[in-house]
Amino acid sequence: MEAVNFTESQLTQKATQIRIDTIKSLVSAGSGHSAGSLGMIDVMTALYFGDVLTYDVSKPLWSERDRVVLSNGHICPGYYAVLAHAGYFSPTELGELRKLGSKLQGHPHRESLSGLETSSGPLGSGLSQSCGMAYTALLNKSSWNVFCLTSDGEHQEGNTWEAVLFAAKYQLGNLIQIVDRNNIQIDGFTEDVMPLDSLNEKYQSFGWHVQDIDGHNFEAIIDAVNEAKSNYQKPSIIIAHTIPGKGVEFMEELPEWHGKSPSLGETVEALYELRTLAGAIESDHD
Amino acid sequence: MIKDNITYPSEEKISTREGFGEGLVEAGKKNSNVVALCADVTESTRVHWFKEAFPDRFIEVGVSEQNLATVASGLAASGKIPFMSAYAVFSPGRNWEQIRTTICYNNVPVKIAGHHAGLLTGPDGATHQALEDIALMRVLPNMTVLIPADYCEAKQATIAAAMHPGPVYIRFQRTNTPVFTMPGLLFEIGKSHVVREGSDVTIVSCGPLVYSAIDAAEALAQQEISVEVINASSIKPFDVDTLITSVQKTGAVVTLEDHQIAGGLGSLVCETVSEHYPVPVKRIGVKDEFGQSGTPDQLYEKYGLSVDAIILAVQSIVR
Repeated sequence: MEAVNFTESQLTQKATQIRIDTIKSLVSAGSGHSAGSLGMIDVMTALYFGDVLTYDVSKPLWSERDRVVLSNGHICPGYYAVLAHAGYFSPTELGELRKLGSKLQGHPHRESLSGLETSSGPLGSGLSQSCGMAYTALLNKSSWNVFCLTSDGEHQEGNTWEAVLFAAKYQLGNLIQIVDRNNIQIDGFTEDVMPLDSLNEKYQSFGWHVQDIDGHNFEAIIDAVNEAKSNYQKPSIIIAHTIPGKGVEFMEELPEWHGKSPSLGETVEALYELRTLAGAIESDHD
Repeated sequence: MIKDNITYPSEEKISTREGFGEGLVEAGKKNSNVVALCADVTESTRVHWFKEAFPDRFIEVGVSEQNLATVASGLAASGKIPFMSAYAVFSPGRNWEQIRTTICYNNVPVKIAGHHAGLLTGPDGATHQALEDIALMRVLPNMTVLIPADYCEAKQATIAAAMHPGPVYIRFQRTNTPVFTMPGLLFEIGKSHVVREGSDVTIVSCGPLVYSAIDAAEALAQQEISVEVINASSIKPFDVDTLITSVQKTGAVVTLEDHQIAGGLGSLVCETVSEHYPVPVKRIGVKDEFGQSGTPDQLYEKYGLSVDAIILAVQSIVR
């Protein structure tokens, strides 16, 4: 297991650096999903650097590792950058995103990159795969957990709700879902396209343990994960309220940034903003 | 000449799903990682015997075939060997994309048992008669596709699937059909078998219709037409050598399947002979239409899969 236990300011620094690498990787690819990637980087940084996830980059197939399933595979530019910073591969390889022969496929391919538990992209199937893994852990009387990262939009898929029923029936207390509640999808705002509120009440009525948190507050993310881990009776969902495009002001909250990458000019602006942020944080805390 | 290891005529009729149910229990005894999932059709897919033998390793997912495939994928990704059972119309019909992405692209060892395949399903009608599943499964990378011809092969194919490292699709029927292959013969993935030798025409079939092909061949022998019959129970990987060796001798092929005429065994044989050794081909299958309610015999008569229809097809191609 990695001995990573960052302070809150270190987590902030790490997340900013990961955002910078994500933007660079997206502009190098020329396509890809910016908003969700940036929006979930704080959650993913907290998982991998906040001492809540059990993993060992030198043994990616270690049987006792926690499983992380990225169900909304389109935010892989952000996830790849997190995996690179965690040590699964060199951050210098992030420029290979979406290139021919790359391990960084446009949507994740399990067999191409160590650290990935599943191939994903088609929405609504990650939660049920996570259920299968969690069931294996129960059968084997193992103590590892399954963390499933989902989007709010994929809660419009029937397969997601099939999994919600399944997890409750089998009391998968080792399953922790973190949903990116950013309120956007390709065609617009989720509540206009196909309303999802209240996710909290829906999950409670399905028999899940539910927490609503600010998805950009590291302490809140880590506390919520620890609470979810300590609950053995029910599957858990952490509804992480996030800002799509977080950290790059001209992308924030805009559905149009769901599925596109920045131009060169926009990249310069985004990197300036993020580097300024990184610098500001350094001066505040050093 | 009918091969020595073939029982013909056969006095015994048992469904392929019975073979699956028994084979699944055998596989479960051999390997404790074997688990079984079912989507609310446990008894009719004969998974109830596994459930009784290994209650802790049986997982009911309810009426949710997409969940069936994806939960199985997660189990397989974490070390289990899941067999998922449902009617073929719904699995692999309804959950095809989940099979593509989470089983084949993930390349995990999920075994998909597609039941109630073909017109043999009978009175339930078109909605429950899977006629497209072979086509759906054989186009998927990493997938192995097996179609046992009888109860014995069904049992052995199930055991072989459990030992195979990748995804496998196996097709089963509900109707009792002749038991004619040798009990206990190990199923070899990637191998077809010549079940009757002949020299004028080759009939290639799969599933219980292989027995009808032998019936037709025996009748045609009375008319001095010598028919070779191949049981192509491994659709993918396909045994090219056995087919090509046969057509080099006979010079003509009739294909026979309880499936749509497009995309299944007939297509596979056309692709194979046209690349390796072009000969005339006549395909027998369901001609781009849906089935309907009726007894299996009535449906085979109506849709051109009867022994008489096979005889006519062979006569037309050798003439």
